[in-house]
Amino acid sequence: MSGPAATATRVEREHALELLRQMMLIRRFEEKAAELYQLGKIRGFLHLYIGEEAVGVGAMQAFGPDDAIVATYRDHGHALARGLPAGALMAEMYGKANGCSRGRGGSMHFFDASRRFYGGYAIVGGGLPIAVGLALADRLAGRERVTACFFGEGAAAEGEFHECLNLAALWRLPVLFLCENNLYAMGTALERWEAQPDIRIHAQSYAIPAEAVDGMDVLAVEQAVRGASAVVRGGAPYFLELRTYRFRAHSMADPELYRTKEEVGRWKERDPIALFEAGLRSAGFLDDADLSAIEEGVAAEIDEAVAFAEAGSWEPVDDLLRDVTTPAP
Amino acid sequence: MTYREAMRAALREALADERVFLMGEDVGRYGGAFAVSHGLLEEFGPEKVRDTPLSESAFVGAGIGAALGGMRPIVEVMTINFSLLALDQIVNNAATIRYMSGGQLSVPLVVRMASGGGRQLAAQHSHSLEVWYAHIPGIRALAPATVADARWMLPAALEERDPVFLFEHATLYPLEGEVDESAGPADLDRAAVRRAGTDVTIAAWSASLWRALEAAEPLAAEGVEAEVVDLRTLRPLDLDTVLESVAKTHRLVVVDESWRSFGIAAELSARVMEEGFDLLDWPVQRVCSAEVPMPYAKHLEDAALPSAERIVATVRELVR
Repeated sequence: MSGPAATATRVEREHALELLRQMMLIRRFEEKAAELYQLGKIRGFLHLYIGEEAVGVGAMQAFGPDDAIVATYRDHGHALARGLPAGALMAEMYGKANGCSRGRGGSMHFFDASRRFYGGYAIVGGGLPIAVGLALADRLAGRERVTACFFGEGAAAEGEFHECLNLAALWRLPVLFLCENNLYAMGTALERWEAQPDIRIHAQSYAIPAEAVDGMDVLAVEQAVRGASAVVRGGAPYFLELRTYRFRAHSMADPELYRTKEEVGRWKERDPIALFEAGLRSAGFLDDADLSAIEEGVAAEIDEAVAFAEAGSWEPVDDLLRDVTTPAP
Repeated sequence: MTYREAMRAALREALADERVFLMGEDVGRYGGAFAVSHGLLEEFGPEKVRDTPLSESAFVGAGIGAALGGMRPIVEVMTINFSLLALDQIVNNAATIRYMSGGQLSVPLVVRMASGGGRQLAAQHSHSLEVWYAHIPGIRALAPATVADARWMLPAALEERDPVFLFEHATLYPLEGEVDESAGPADLDRAAVRRAGTDVTIAAWSASLWRALEAAEPLAAEGVEAEVVDLRTLRPLDLDTVLESVAKTHRLVVVDESWRSFGIAAELSARVMEEGFDLLDWPVQRVCSAEVPMPYAKHLEDAALPSAERIVATVRELVR
């Protein structure tokens, strides 16, 4: 094949393999993190994104370097998809000074100002006002940017969710609300706490356009987020509910008493990586050699990340009080 | 010029900066619940002077986000009691983002609110909760007591790169005072001696400063010269100025409109004990609000608040 159609196909293939690579990077990174947690290298809370990779990876394709990201405590996938180096993230979880937050934040609080990654927030709903404010700053400065705000469906029970949707709609702020609906607010199923479990209706009640998207389909997520971002860049909020599922426990401390193995098994049949891999194979975009190459590249990146974390130093205790406030210029 | 007019002049000056905007409940068309921002909407327009919904958490948090986005927001919360609805954003975000990000980000946000009792507004509009904010590392807590500080603390606050809280005592808005229009931004690190004396130090802040100054008059008539220190900044507390005074007087009374338990007076007392124990001839005394939700009836409210009479009586015990 030659000509424009072939070029389009080649670009599509490269892009598709990059999506696959990013999802696999998140998956393997987190599998390694869980292993390191068992070894005591990583402590505190560790919330794995495994099963939800298509959401973060698909969404992040729509954003440029000037756009802003606000994430949650389950932020590994968002950070990796945004391009934060795996080594800086691993080192952060080790608590090392070469971590992306100097070891002050840990797994739940990844930050990277240079990539406009404004942090993982560990109070459910707490990131929404930050995102609204970032969007307000863009509006006041006349900048056409998107602020992408990730949060779980559990946030819909918080007052801040409703306050922020109203404010964003009232002031027509360029914020994209990305609700990752994994069906459980920690261990409480959506229908056990939500009188109106169709989350879109909450957004629509504030006059914000809202759609639900198959969060296990990375291309569907990318397409929906690109479309929504175009609206947001035009100066209005948008709301997407990304329907997904967390394959692992809520955190490493969770015995998972609230759901059955059968339910988890049914969702794993829709594993976003396996689904996408199968699709790519049937399209002729991927063969065993391609997959091995991706796996090897990912494995090498993770080995490097662990080495970077291991080699990092601990911040001196003398610096304990550093950056509580900003030093005078 | 009144305290209210001084604050308005400070806001007007601040809003000339393209990064600065004011938002809060009724700051625009209503002109501010305490008429502080009266006329500013007409002067600067609705983008710069933004009326908000009654969503304290969202608009205080939006102030944090806008500060991260390069603006210099001034957020007005109608009263300190209402600010409790924004505590999550203040405690978990505004105060932590600098540290939690390993020093990558700063939150140059100014939050103003009215505080304090004395207007018969009962138990949900009258409390003095500044200590809740002064407790938090990462933020600065200011209590302008004079018209000059009402004029010049705000520009200094806007020069800060971290969250600053300005607590304006609601009874002070009509206060008349002199303002040096050429003074420039206030020093936010120092307490101020408002009356020189030799026999006892009375440390106070916000409206209690005026109670302390009132108490100093009858004491002077009795031959007791009180030195009155206005703390001005509650966090970080300027202990040096207090210790310098106590080094002269050897006696300290702290007047604090918040509740006595675990309060600002308790903190100042503890620090003076830790760092100036040898300077003291008497245990530090505290004159605080009664440990009650603020009552409505005037005679009960008067009894609950610190008064010049109580300060005088406390000092008399110290200098007997």
